[in-house]
Amino acid sequence: MLAMDYRGPKRVRVSQKPMPEIKHPEDAIVRVTRSCICGSDLHLYNGNVPDTRVGTTFGHEFIGVVEEIGSEVTKLKVGDHVLVPFNIACGRCHFCKQGLFGNCHESNPMATAVGGIFGYSHTAGGFHGGQAEYVRVPYANVGPTVIPEGMDPDDAVLLTDVVPTGYQAAEMGGIQPGDTVVVFGAGPVGIMAAKCSWLFGAGRVIVIDHVDYRLEFVRNYAQCEAYNFREMEDPVVFIKKTTDWMGADVVIDAVGAEAAGNTMQTITGRKTLMQAGSATALHWAINSVKKGGIVSIVGVYGPTDNLVPIGNVLNKGLTIRANQASVKRLLPRLIEHVQNGILNPKALITHRIPLEEVADGYRLFSAKLDNCIKPVLIPPSARM
Amino acid sequence: MEHLKKDYSHIKGWGIDADPQNDPTYPMKPHRTDAEQSGYSWERPTQQPVDVEILHSIERPNISAVFGTASPPSGLSGVIRRFAFKYSENSYLHWLPLILADRVNVVEGIIDDMKHGHVPNIFEEKGYKAEWKHDKVGLLTKFAVAAALVAGVVVLLSKKNEDDYDEDDD
Ligand SMILES: [Zn+2]
Ligand SMILES: [Zn+2]
Repeated sequence: MLAMDYRGPKRVRVSQKPMPEIKHPEDAIVRVTRSCICGSDLHLYNGNVPDTRVGTTFGHEFIGVVEEIGSEVTKLKVGDHVLVPFNIACGRCHFCKQGLFGNCHESNPMATAVGGIFGYSHTAGGFHGGQAEYVRVPYANVGPTVIPEGMDPDDAVLLTDVVPTGYQAAEMGGIQPGDTVVVFGAGPVGIMAAKCSWLFGAGRVIVIDHVDYRLEFVRNYAQCEAYNFREMEDPVVFIKKTTDWMGADVVIDAVGAEAAGNTMQTITGRKTLMQAGSATALHWAINSVKKGGIVSIVGVYGPTDNLVPIGNVLNKGLTIRANQASVKRLLPRLIEHVQNGILNPKALITHRIPLEEVADGYRLFSAKLDNCIKPVLIPPSARM
Repeated sequence: MEHLKKDYSHIKGWGIDADPQNDPTYPMKPHRTDAEQSGYSWERPTQQPVDVEILHSIERPNISAVFGTASPPSGLSGVIRRFAFKYSENSYLHWLPLILADRVNVVEGIIDDMKHGHVPNIFEEKGYKAEWKHDKVGLLTKFAVAAALVAGVVVLLSKKNEDDYDEDDD
């Protein structure tokens, strides 16, 4: 079968790989019909996530048709078209029982901080991902959800990560009616976080980014204010000024370790890897939120040290909430929102790329070419 | 709450998920039984047979019930990874060797390609075709910079200081 094949920083190709096999009685094999390239794949693509081994297949956002099931799979049958949450969760460990499906303790032997994630390095369990024709899906009774009748597959594939992550970012902000919410980052997740902030009753939503076409997009899609930090002297001062010198009630970091905008952070974090990526967005978030406010983090940061203004977290009495989205917990509500037209995820998809052209897809997305917001990969077996 | 007098009716679903209890929000710790306080008390899933080498964090007593088998450790990078997994996730000696191993692994990947008679097409793997299509100037600049570097010109230092250079510089 064809699959994306990581060869080193900024080098990927599509290769012939062996078909995935059932390795565990609760496994399913899924024939992929859509998979996305995600902003967090770029951390892997750039070689910033430790234990990203050559030869692995990325892709944690995918949907597909069940081809084969293990002996203990009861909730799915061959032929079901399913959307597969990006977190691999057992459904019965201490953490899954709290609804923390993003923190499962039975899906990743390689690290305890993070649960298993499809195609997300060996630090996240060493699973091949869905940027392929076929993929092994463990714990098939727990994660995969049959796509409701009539739902557009393009909507469904965004329910595997982007929508729940954006929604949970807003939820973790503890937004109260009338709150001012600032979102750093106008990538797909930031766009969705801005959109979902309204659902929690935000009174004002402001998005900060540095790419004009993304700002334009989020302004239209999420009906919010959007500003380019390259045009301001200091984004923190800008936010203080525009909030009567108080700061925002809630700030969402939807950027993570690839942040631009601060020379020191870029050199120490992205060029010399003295810290795990640049923590620019996190600095801005902590410094621009109101005292007593809440910082919600869904941007991905690397596992070693970040030079973070933790002193200000104490001084300002902040609540910091951060997590991988627990997709499974949020799905029922989000499916409802999509079906009722409250959310329209597929509008984010700007590019449809054949799986065979995966290298171009990565380059297009990472270099922000051709006004790309969200690319979706279509395997040859899904095009027939 | 002066600002709430605004009309939000143009925003579909405004306030639909507002919850005064959501402060600071999910999850709340459930009431736990004594049994649930003590370690691995849940009924563990069937263990996936360990038929490839799996390096596991020393911060857990076992291998999780399922795991990926994407790229088992091999070669020199594998030696380095085995060393890294002697240290906890709390240690630089875990993460830094892993980053080093990743770089070694890239070279191993190229050697492996060659052994199989495959010369990697770097231009294609880097997706420069897309960049050529959508940003010719950027790509040419990049190559010019690289050429200048090879020639030993110190263009690099002035470039490196610019954030605008972003994630796509090689
Ligand atoms: Zn993603
Ligand atoms: Zn679990």
